[in-house]
Amino acid sequence: MSVDTEISRQWTTRVRKGVVDYLPPDKMLPDTQPNYVASWIYVFGVTTLAAMIIVIGTGCILAIEGPLWWHHSTLGHFVNSMHLWSCEIFFFAMVVHLWGKYFMAAWRGKRAMTWITGVVVFVTSIATAFTGYVSQTNFDSQWISTQAKDGINSTGAGAFWNVLNLGQMLMWHIVLLPIVATLLVALHVVLVRHRGVVPPFDEAAIKAAKSGTAPKEVAS
Amino acid sequence: MSPSKKFRPDVDAPDWGGKYFPYDIVKEGTVALVVVLILVLGLSWLFSSPDDKQQTLQTWSQADPVDFATTAFTELNGTSGVAGYGAPYNNGGGEQSAYFLHLQKWMGVRIPVNTANDFVLYPLSTLANNPPVTNALHVWASASNAQQAAWMTAYGAGTIAYANGVVTNSATGTGPLPVMINGLTAMARQGALAAQIIQGNGFYSTDYTKPALFLADGTYLENLARAQNLGGDQWGMMNETGSWPGQPWLWAYTTLYQIPPYSTSWGGNADVAVWLTMMIATVILALLPFIPGLRSIPRWVKVYRLIWREHYKSLK
Repeated sequence: MSVDTEISRQWTTRVRKGVVDYLPPDKMLPDTQPNYVASWIYVFGVTTLAAMIIVIGTGCILAIEGPLWWHHSTLGHFVNSMHLWSCEIFFFAMVVHLWGKYFMAAWRGKRAMTWITGVVVFVTSIATAFTGYVSQTNFDSQWISTQAKDGINSTGAGAFWNVLNLGQMLMWHIVLLPIVATLLVALHVVLVRHRGVVPPFDEAAIKAAKSGTAPKEVAS
Repeated sequence: MSPSKKFRPDVDAPDWGGKYFPYDIVKEGTVALVVVLILVLGLSWLFSSPDDKQQTLQTWSQADPVDFATTAFTELNGTSGVAGYGAPYNNGGGEQSAYFLHLQKWMGVRIPVNTANDFVLYPLSTLANNPPVTNALHVWASASNAQQAAWMTAYGAGTIAYANGVVTNSATGTGPLPVMINGLTAMARQGALAAQIIQGNGFYSTDYTKPALFLADGTYLENLARAQNLGGDQWGMMNETGSWPGQPWLWAYTTLYQIPPYSTSWGGNADVAVWLTMMIATVILALLPFIPGLRSIPRWVKVYRLIWREHYKSLK
């Protein structure tokens, strides 16, 4: 076997080729966009990502001194406030982004998986935020956890996922769910970049399709 | 789409054949990050964040000793919310279900809680140098089930009061119960009870399931919450203490709790009904691209014309 053949059969080579073929650098970081990408609605996707970075960053700062730090430190309380407000902005931007994508029917053109990963990110984010709320170690977390247990127990999940167990909830909040959310967001972004931003409805093609005169080669 | 397939406007999208314009995506991301950071700093500086102090068994029993003593008695006689809760805590039989789905019951008792023993009898047994309580516990343990039941019936019929540091009961024929309930209340007021209820994990613990369940069984915690509009029927799941925004993203989930039949005829099983509804709604949302009708709404309502108004203007 020649060296070239051996290299071409390497797992490393195949993975690199697969990655570059699926998402070449000019697609991952494009320097142009289609002309129709001209609306304020496009701001909310990147705003969601920016807020998420701040949520994770402030969460990391809170983790340095532990879960009780923010109760007795002015700086800790300020960082907690940043964690809260970045979380509120994160959800606000994500919900507007989601509604915007719905009204664009952004799943068109083989983008269904992009939509699905977006919805799963939304649900995962809700779970992540919830575990944060029950890990605050104050009156809020006591009330929320003792109320929420009934809903979660009613599904049977409470037998394994105990919202009154601070240690378990904190671990889910700062380790497991952020990992899942980050991976899902990365997948979502890769899918967006792979397929590109969904184009507008082609009203001429829709009209033609209705009248039975649609050109067969129009859509993909 | 293969040439032979019919064009489906809610599924297919033609590749863009029009113009492109320069767009600096890295610059956009950086600007967004800086703007959001400034916004977060501003909001944090202006509005801070809530941090209402936690409640403990000590603060509860000091603020409302009668509620504490009454709750402790219901934990002992098995009529408290947790005692009758069912899975995952015990076999109290209070599990929720929806039609043939008994999800809560099927998962079984995985976080065992015996309210009489865990919340009352065991903590009292740890009290050293308290002969009245030790004697009362001995009398209690030596009595027959029928005798214990008679004492509890009598105690339950009386009125619990608190004065001069002592919990009393107006009824007679209550056996050792007044000493036991008073002893537990005194223990809680001194701050010695929580540690005995958390017990079971040795030196360290990060699991506060039992004291939280005990605390939530009383009316004290709920009264504090309702005063801040945090009750389930007060949109409490998306509210926050004070005037801070809570979890507004739970609006749909919270709404279901406010409307019939979830708030009326399904009340006893409202939680499982709401959760199943939300699970189904989430699956529908995720699979929306494949659901005829729902996936056509964007094309029908034409909000997209507003979003892409520049594009459609350019076509004219």
